[in-house]
Amino acid sequence: MTPSKKIAFSRRSFLKTSALAGGGILIGFNVLNACNPKAEMPIDISKLNFNDFNAFIKISDEGKITIFSPNPEIGQGVKTSMPMIIAEELDVAWKDVYVVQAPLDTKNYTRQVAGGSQSIRKGWEALRQTGATAKQLLVNAAAAKWGVDASECNVKEGIITNAKGDKLGYGDVVKEAALLEIPENVSLKDTKDFTIIGEQIGNVDIDKIITGKPLFGLDYKEEGMLYASVLRPPAFGQVLESFDDSGAKSVSGVSQVLKFGNKIAVLANSTWAAMKGKKALKANWKQESQAESTAFHDTKLLEILNGKTFDTRRKDGDVKEAFAKADKVLERIYESPFLPHNCMEPMNFFANVKDEKIHLVGPIQTPAGTAKRVARHLKREENEVFLEMTRMGGGFGRRLYGDFVLEAAEISSLSKKPVKVVFSREDDMTAGTYRPAIKYKIAASIKDGKLTGYHLKEAAVNNNMYGLIPNFFPAGAVENYQVDTTNYKSNITTGAWRAPYTNFLASAEQSFFDELAELMGVDRIKLHMDLLEQVKTNPNPKVEYSPDRLQNVIKLAVEKSNWGKSEKGVYQGFSVYYCHNTHVAEVADITMENGIPSVKKVTCIVDCGIVVNPLGATNQVKGGVIDGIGHTMYSDFSFNNGVPESNNFNSYQLIRMGQTPKVDVHFVESDIDPTGLGEPTLPPIGAAVANAIYKATGKRLTKQPYMSNLNVDKKVMG
Amino acid sequence: MPTFNLKINNETHTVEADMDTPLLWVLRDQLNFVGTKFGCGIGQCGACTIHIDGNAMRSCLLQVSQAEGMNITTIEGLSKDGDHPVQQAWKEVDVPQCGYCQAGQIMTASAFLKNNPNPNETEIRNAMHGNICRCAAYNSIEEAVKVAAKKIS
Repeated sequence: MTPSKKIAFSRRSFLKTSALAGGGILIGFNVLNACNPKAEMPIDISKLNFNDFNAFIKISDEGKITIFSPNPEIGQGVKTSMPMIIAEELDVAWKDVYVVQAPLDTKNYTRQVAGGSQSIRKGWEALRQTGATAKQLLVNAAAAKWGVDASECNVKEGIITNAKGDKLGYGDVVKEAALLEIPENVSLKDTKDFTIIGEQIGNVDIDKIITGKPLFGLDYKEEGMLYASVLRPPAFGQVLESFDDSGAKSVSGVSQVLKFGNKIAVLANSTWAAMKGKKALKANWKQESQAESTAFHDTKLLEILNGKTFDTRRKDGDVKEAFAKADKVLERIYESPFLPHNCMEPMNFFANVKDEKIHLVGPIQTPAGTAKRVARHLKREENEVFLEMTRMGGGFGRRLYGDFVLEAAEISSLSKKPVKVVFSREDDMTAGTYRPAIKYKIAASIKDGKLTGYHLKEAAVNNNMYGLIPNFFPAGAVENYQVDTTNYKSNITTGAWRAPYTNFLASAEQSFFDELAELMGVDRIKLHMDLLEQVKTNPNPKVEYSPDRLQNVIKLAVEKSNWGKSEKGVYQGFSVYYCHNTHVAEVADITMENGIPSVKKVTCIVDCGIVVNPLGATNQVKGGVIDGIGHTMYSDFSFNNGVPESNNFNSYQLIRMGQTPKVDVHFVESDIDPTGLGEPTLPPIGAAVANAIYKATGKRLTKQPYMSNLNVDKKVMG
Repeated sequence: MPTFNLKINNETHTVEADMDTPLLWVLRDQLNFVGTKFGCGIGQCGACTIHIDGNAMRSCLLQVSQAEGMNITTIEGLSKDGDHPVQQAWKEVDVPQCGYCQAGQIMTASAFLKNNPNPNETEIRNAMHGNICRCAAYNSIEEAVKVAAKKIS
């Protein structure tokens, strides 16, 4: 177990206290950054200022704990798990904790909050310190009241006791605590003493979700607000030449039509009228840059993948020599399509641009950066922009990009009206920031039965894999190892999509290893375990993963999935991967039904360090696995002369319940600090499924979506 | 603009709207029943599911003119305090991730279980097939329908 740690940096840099006018103590703190040294704490709860502190704890005279956070839920459970961490170190009962979303009321609240997808990993230490410091402050106050040393006091569930048997609740000492110096060098709990972390805690917003309360951006309204539907170029590479808005203007409810850039906005008193008005617009478009089709991308990517111009991202030893001396060489190309994000809540944002300030409300993963972009775009000062986040109906990377916020701001600025831009599903799917199409060429050399060389080449649309990926497995496990990347710059907008790059790279590499093991005549599991053993014998400082933790998840996957012992007609596929600081092994069990593969069960082993909230964590893991199966097996997205060929769920397949397996989740018991969980279970599943399909059919699948390449009828299941 | 009298959650609401306006937008924009969600507009995702005379229907496909005289139930009216067995099952299983599609899932499940309070797994999967959950919380949705069935039967 981890010993209790002393805190290395000053609490003053992120935490301040004040006595509340209405009784109780208020503790303001910053999770991911230091607070302004001049930041002042309010004595009135309605004056919480989220520019100085991004969260507050209130402890009332009755000892009730309220955690105020302006950071809404992004879908991965942080609104529940982050307060759990504070409550743990504060040593209070979870039932006494209220988590309050600061309401969307700009009269009382001004907030400019920072987001961060690695919330738990990065916030872990600061959240624990906040809770522990607040606890010590209250203990110090009780000790002073009793005239004893603080070290003689104990705390359990918000009750402080001393050696004589005296008792004081947190509420009894808040007045005194508010006047004390903030303690330094407080101890954190030993992980074995945790009573809240590791418990199954339900989503704090559950009652609002199941009763349909307004929570999401699309639910937000203001007096006098107009709805805007935007007509964008139908094909990438096109610009607006001319348009006729007479039809749109005659739709009842439509109040204004305005052009901005290459787009036309229809403003109306209802979403439906705005959408109807947009349909009635007549526009002429001009092709300004190349009209690209999927066949063109395929040809282009293969051409550069087989070409000579690459950036070498990592080079160990000499792959050329290893391949020249090899007994056997395996070389394969793996291909993936563009993918839209398809958040269930289509993109939308509210903007009210006035002379005195700019008010923005909606679902966005990057509020700070987006507020700055809006200020720049409208040539306004950054401190004039107030952006409030709502709960998000999914993100998956799409809401990192603030294109729809800029649209709302510009339309409001031009119309001088409060405006909400609402994307239809067709807008959402055709004006995307897609996962780019990518092709990999992987080659391995075998000499005397050993893997001697590994050469990975990436050809991607627009951008290549991020910096640390070349240091993932099998980096460090193969003497001669090289990663090269190249790209083709397209006018199709691309961006991050759940587990960027690894979402397909893991499928490619873990399918390749399956075939490689077969060619080498060694057991698939043994090949991995042996390669990881070599990393342990010859440690390489430029390796991101832990070979021990990877070996451990592999062993558990073999055990929990009954690997190799499946009943007749059930085919198993294996895959293991490290990304987002988390180690995952997966086994897919499939059956063939009328020649069509059906994934029946997935065993998923996850090592993400300490599991803060097993209930929320299990949801994340199951969601990641099933999302991965859906997108690797079924989802396809293509372009014809710059026009997306699917635009709604009748022509684009998202996985549905009937296509889902049961996911059996096992977390590795650990006392290591927690790591990412929203993404890492998605990347490995594609290969686990492909490897199982190979066992069932003898066909190696290298092109996604797999169902389109299995000679089965391709149709969208509605 | 024509006027319509709509019976929603046992109360009558009078609205002015074009005949062809989908009930979804009347509910959301005019009457503030925003629990009914917009997902696709073509009846493919199930996020806008409501009950019409007790049956699950897509409010994006139903024109306001067709809804007059019918008993419309939205998620806000499914129970008084969120205590419908399906809502309670959703809470017990802790189904939602982002939560956006869940009102539609709950409305589909509650109408289904009313007609078939003791379904088998295949029946549950068929009944829920029209509702997409982009977070892929399908294992939990399936489990919650089973839990709700136990509460009802």
